[in-house]
Amino acid sequence: MIDTTKKLTPKERLAIPPQEMPAQDPMVRRRNMEEVALGYTEEQAHLEALRCLQCKNAPCVASCPVRIDIPGFISQIAQGNYKEALSILRASNLFPAICGRVCPQEVQCQSTCTVGRSLKDIDKAVSIGRLERFAADWERFHGELEVPPVKPPTGKRVAIIGSGPAGLAAAADLAKEGHAVTIFEAFHKPGGVMIYGIPEFRLPKAIVQREIEVLERMGVKIITNFLVGRTRSLRDLLEKDGFDAIFIGSGAGLPKFMGIPGENLVGVFSANEYLTRANLMKAYDRGKADTPIYPAKRVAVLGGGNVAMDAARMAVRLGAEEVFVIYRRTEKEMPARVEEVAHAKEEGVIFRFLENAKRILGDEKSRVVGIECLSYQLGEPDASGRRRPVEIPGSEHVIQVDSVIVAIGNDSHPLLLQTNPEIAVDKHGHINTDETGKTSMDRVYAGGDIVLGSATVILAMGQGRRAAASIHKFLMGK
Amino acid sequence: MVFPSMHKIVSKKQLSEEVFRLTVEAPLIAEARKPGQFVIVQRDSDYAERIPLTIADADPLRGTITMIFQTVGKSTHKLAELKEGEYIQNILGPLGRPTHIERFGRVVCVGGGIGSAPLYPIAQAMKQVGNYLIVILGARTKELLIMEEEMRALADELVVVTDDGSYGRKALVTEPLKELCQASPKPDCVVAIGPPIMMKFCAETTRPFGIKTIVSLNTIMIDGTGMCGGCRVSVGGETKFVCVDGPEFDGHLVDFNNMMLRLSAYKEIEQKAHEECHLEMQLKEMETAKRKGNP
Repeated sequence: MIDTTKKLTPKERLAIPPQEMPAQDPMVRRRNMEEVALGYTEEQAHLEALRCLQCKNAPCVASCPVRIDIPGFISQIAQGNYKEALSILRASNLFPAICGRVCPQEVQCQSTCTVGRSLKDIDKAVSIGRLERFAADWERFHGELEVPPVKPPTGKRVAIIGSGPAGLAAAADLAKEGHAVTIFEAFHKPGGVMIYGIPEFRLPKAIVQREIEVLERMGVKIITNFLVGRTRSLRDLLEKDGFDAIFIGSGAGLPKFMGIPGENLVGVFSANEYLTRANLMKAYDRGKADTPIYPAKRVAVLGGGNVAMDAARMAVRLGAEEVFVIYRRTEKEMPARVEEVAHAKEEGVIFRFLENAKRILGDEKSRVVGIECLSYQLGEPDASGRRRPVEIPGSEHVIQVDSVIVAIGNDSHPLLLQTNPEIAVDKHGHINTDETGKTSMDRVYAGGDIVLGSATVILAMGQGRRAAASIHKFLMGK
Repeated sequence: MVFPSMHKIVSKKQLSEEVFRLTVEAPLIAEARKPGQFVIVQRDSDYAERIPLTIADADPLRGTITMIFQTVGKSTHKLAELKEGEYIQNILGPLGRPTHIERFGRVVCVGGGIGSAPLYPIAQAMKQVGNYLIVILGARTKELLIMEEEMRALADELVVVTDDGSYGRKALVTEPLKELCQASPKPDCVVAIGPPIMMKFCAETTRPFGIKTIVSLNTIMIDGTGMCGGCRVSVGGETKFVCVDGPEFDGHLVDFNNMMLRLSAYKEIEQKAHEECHLEMQLKEMETAKRKGNP
């Protein structure tokens, strides 16, 4: 038994077993929408926090995209000061309840954790993300919502386009500085991908709404059903509506398709469409929602990222009997988070590695009845260092499915380009920005997926914050 | 600058058993919209569906837009239940690329059923730039014919047809269209808006004459802003997105058969919902009748 009341030696800390996150039983959760991971108990959080060595050089901080004082907040949790822990988190990241859940910590902060390195197993690093989530949830269950202080009004007005991670992060920083911030959202609800894309079972919508409520209490205005480029142009916002600067965080755009025969058959969906129907439009609630979702019993999901995992796990919950994830490389190369893959497997999702779709087959009514795949083997490493998948000639085979979900990423959004030719973009259609987040158009900044292509929630937030800092500097320099 | 968050219904008119006209407050859309564009309407944010509807007219001074729609399913029925003075929670727009308006010379606008509603602003704009405007309006039966007066006031020539001959000429719209193509001078441009099958046959009618034919597609859509990909259609062998690449396309290049099949994706679910919806409406009517009978 560890006596946690006295100061522990590093050796004692390393001896504390890593705390597993409690989760809903896979057989139960595969039929409900509720959150899968249940969060640490206070005791678990305490033990996990004690595992942190409080390294002076804090390699974890350097590998956090928003540079959270990680040893600082963990030390507060260890001492039971949850409110203080949360204040430290909020100083660098206004959305700890979100990031604690959806950040890929294993390739960020936890990848460089000294504990993981000492134990020669990255899975045994301090669970920084779970602790972050614990602190944020503690406030949700015990405390009053803490609204960060806002500086006196500067009289400057900033328009934010898109209410996803980049836009919300930019809005938070700008509002704190005393600028009047208005967010324009095309959908009827704010939150972007956190509302339409990431499912309830991974990120409960109530949590996103609560974080947005903090912003509103800081004075941020949110206008929904407003599509910049169509309802009003960028130029109108600057010239007619009197905004001093604009941040574009409109996110990823049109879903990519494979370009194989049969992709326009009935029963083929982009992951965006499938997840939006299920999440934002609540199609899973069949008794109440007016938006239908395609009834599928055998589903093939094409792709190996987090979105593919979300789509596959959603299909399970919507009643599919068998769900296949088809990925042309092996599990090792899959970009999805290890935790999501593990959860998907527990829920019965079947992974078919080293296979790739060649064409989708339909019946006489053009409804999907199968998918023809080719088998692959790994060849020489390619430019990315990953071994290139090489198709095996003659290995065509058919998997019987009645629905196919394509989750291979997004192209850039065409609308702002169509309507604002003065904004320079690269050959993929992503907006070009300088190192401050500024675009080629005066007073207009950008960040998130519209600049990066497909990225993560936290990277988008990092970009939003960077642009907010530049916008603040620009506004105050005037 | 005030951005309204709700849309009050300032007038509602039932044009036929299944067709309704709603004029709603939407000042920003009224100001920005151009012919050919559409909106996404959602009765309320909780469980309602987002449905694409065309804009039949707009009044930027009063800040209103007018939509004409047919009750084809649960969501359109629920929309039709709203009364004057009530609100629609969400309207997004204007969406899609505006119609390319040009002085082509002789323009034939073909409207089928409620397709005549979005056709009206296009016909107006075509006339305004100096085209000779011929309008063909068609409907299954007299009762379902809309926009006749408005089009008559606008067009240089107007032809009205009904499938059952209950009004105007007994014909499909393709008959007078074919005659116009055979006549001299030939039309320089045809715009056809209506049910997919009508647009398909209009395109087939003009194809042998090589007359540019624009069609406006109304597909399944969720966001309407280029995110979900549900609205994709095959045009000239390429996948296009109706919400951002359209809604108008070259009718000679659209794969109508695939589009019609894609439109049927939720047919069974929708039919069931629609029937339930009708049952509910009947129940309500019976209850109201009962209450009236026994005050």
